[in-house]
Amino acid sequence: MNVTEVKPSLPPGVRLGRVSFVWRPWLLCVTLLLAAATFLVFCVSIGVGDFPVGLPQVIATLFGRGEQVDEFVIMDLRMPRALAGLVVGIALGVSGALTQSIARNPLASPDVLGITSGASAVAVFLVTVSGGTAAAIVNSAGLPAAALGGGLGTGLLVYFLAWRRGVDGFRLILIGISVSAVMEAITTWLLVTADIRDVARAQAWLVGSLEDRSWGEVRTALWCGLVLLAVVSCVAFQFRPMHFGDEVAAGLGVRYGRVRAVLLLCAVLLAGVAVSAAGPVPFVALVAPQVAMRLARRPTPPMVASGLTGALLLTGSDLIARTALPVSLPVGVVTAAIGGPFLVYLLVRANLR
Amino acid sequence: MYKSQLNPSKGGPVVAQSVTEAAVGGASRLAARGVTVGYGGRVVIDKLDVAIPPGVITTIIGPNGCGKSTLLRTLSRLLKPAGGTVVLDGEDIGRLRTRDVAKKLGLLPQAPVAPEGLTVADLVARGRHPHQSWLRQWSSDDADVVERALAMTGVSDLADRPVDALSGGQRQRVWISMTLAQGTDLLLLDEPTTYLDLAHALDVLDLVDDLHESGCTVVMVLHDLNLATRYSDHLVVMREGSILAQGHPRDVVTAELLHEAFGLRARVIDDPVGDRPLIVPIGRAHVRPGHLPAQDT
Repeated sequence: MNVTEVKPSLPPGVRLGRVSFVWRPWLLCVTLLLAAATFLVFCVSIGVGDFPVGLPQVIATLFGRGEQVDEFVIMDLRMPRALAGLVVGIALGVSGALTQSIARNPLASPDVLGITSGASAVAVFLVTVSGGTAAAIVNSAGLPAAALGGGLGTGLLVYFLAWRRGVDGFRLILIGISVSAVMEAITTWLLVTADIRDVARAQAWLVGSLEDRSWGEVRTALWCGLVLLAVVSCVAFQFRPMHFGDEVAAGLGVRYGRVRAVLLLCAVLLAGVAVSAAGPVPFVALVAPQVAMRLARRPTPPMVASGLTGALLLTGSDLIARTALPVSLPVGVVTAAIGGPFLVYLLVRANLR
Repeated sequence: MYKSQLNPSKGGPVVAQSVTEAAVGGASRLAARGVTVGYGGRVVIDKLDVAIPPGVITTIIGPNGCGKSTLLRTLSRLLKPAGGTVVLDGEDIGRLRTRDVAKKLGLLPQAPVAPEGLTVADLVARGRHPHQSWLRQWSSDDADVVERALAMTGVSDLADRPVDALSGGQRQRVWISMTLAQGTDLLLLDEPTTYLDLAHALDVLDLVDDLHESGCTVVMVLHDLNLATRYSDHLVVMREGSILAQGHPRDVVTAELLHEAFGLRARVIDDPVGDRPLIVPIGRAHVRPGHLPAQDT
């Protein structure tokens, strides 16, 4: 590896054989620190519970050198929940970074674009509408898959409604808010008219939670997430000039319509995977990219750091929700309570400079 | 379809034969052949032919809504013509890959916006995008070209500053620098002086002239007729989607043409400082009696 220092004004490049990229030490440091912090919280989170396991034992077990008791507790009982937190956090963080970059507006998170509310409406519909048919669908296809379908459908609806010779970020957000409002109205109506026992089940899903995840659910989410992240990382390079708008991007040789459609679809699917795995966890997709962007001191949300920030926020919130408070709270309550103030702090600090 | 029957004030043909015929004769690298462009059913440009002469500054002028920006956007492949073709280096631009077009032709759209906090160096470096790939994101070649582009536009000292902290003129220089970093010798600039005061506009146009001196072919759209006259070697005057006249400013810019193209009453006089005509518009206010609308044709 040789670092070629060009001139003081330009970012230096790094070359490894035929591969070359811009050397950004600060971004790299922040990303590595976020990864380390996420891993630490992940391990602590696995160790905490009715049968506590110490941090060294957790790490030993993760690398296949633990004792049998620890291995059962960790791999069979606690791992699904912790992994779900990680996957959902990364998916939400990357999804938010994509939608915010595509719309060139920090407000454009998957929550605003109707994905979450669409998934919620479908899930609540399936849970509350009585009768054998709905129950059969829930059993065969599964609630997560149905929620994913609802999120995807709503996301695409918003995209096509916002389409007018290209997609304008502001129009996308306005239509997203409108469609979300309709979906939320449907959800409320279903809850009000449904049987009280079904409402309790639906409510438990609606606050967003990582409770009682099974390996089966987590495995599906994990594979979907990995495939989507692979697609995103392939296309993301073509996306970089699009921060300057469609016309500049076209001038720089980017087929912006195609790139945007692929990435927006990935963002919708990632958010859908997250919602189907953990319910509509609020605020992570909105706040994680913005926090990552400010920590990394970049003008646009960095993808990897956004995903890691999302994972850290969600895993950390789940840990707090389970341990620090007298009552066990759903993770969604804690993500909003932590993420919101932290973003405000970063914004205020920027103002004071 | 351009008419050249207009009577010039100084005698001689309207269309500067030297430049235009050389261009039509095949030396041109960029040309439109019978292009028709419209937005949603409304035809903006109808069966237009134009050849961009190589190695000079061509400026498209015309009244608002005449289709001059549309023509520039069609030449740059931003708009797909409904009929006809745009030819770049002998090939139909519509059949070329977007990336290959970007390696030959640099485009600066009207009033582009950079994300807040982006530095000048990062913005100009993005101009290398057509030459990069997923694996090869930043090479020493890229660094050299960006360094030169920064120096050529006089913004090397600003490299670490955020683009949004610069003045309008500096910002436009930075954007032109990004287009230069693309490494093309064919530059299309859509109203590069929009929102700039006169001093900054001159500054940017002097830069454009420097680029031309260094061998670039430039096509731009300008609003200000006197600046267009001063800085261009070839003027393309449009009205209602077709070309009214084209040629060297000395041959094209006449009172009659200005009236026909813009409905503007003006005197065209010798520029006291330049070697091009100077347009003095005649409005209604504060005009000496001899120039009032009496002799309007």
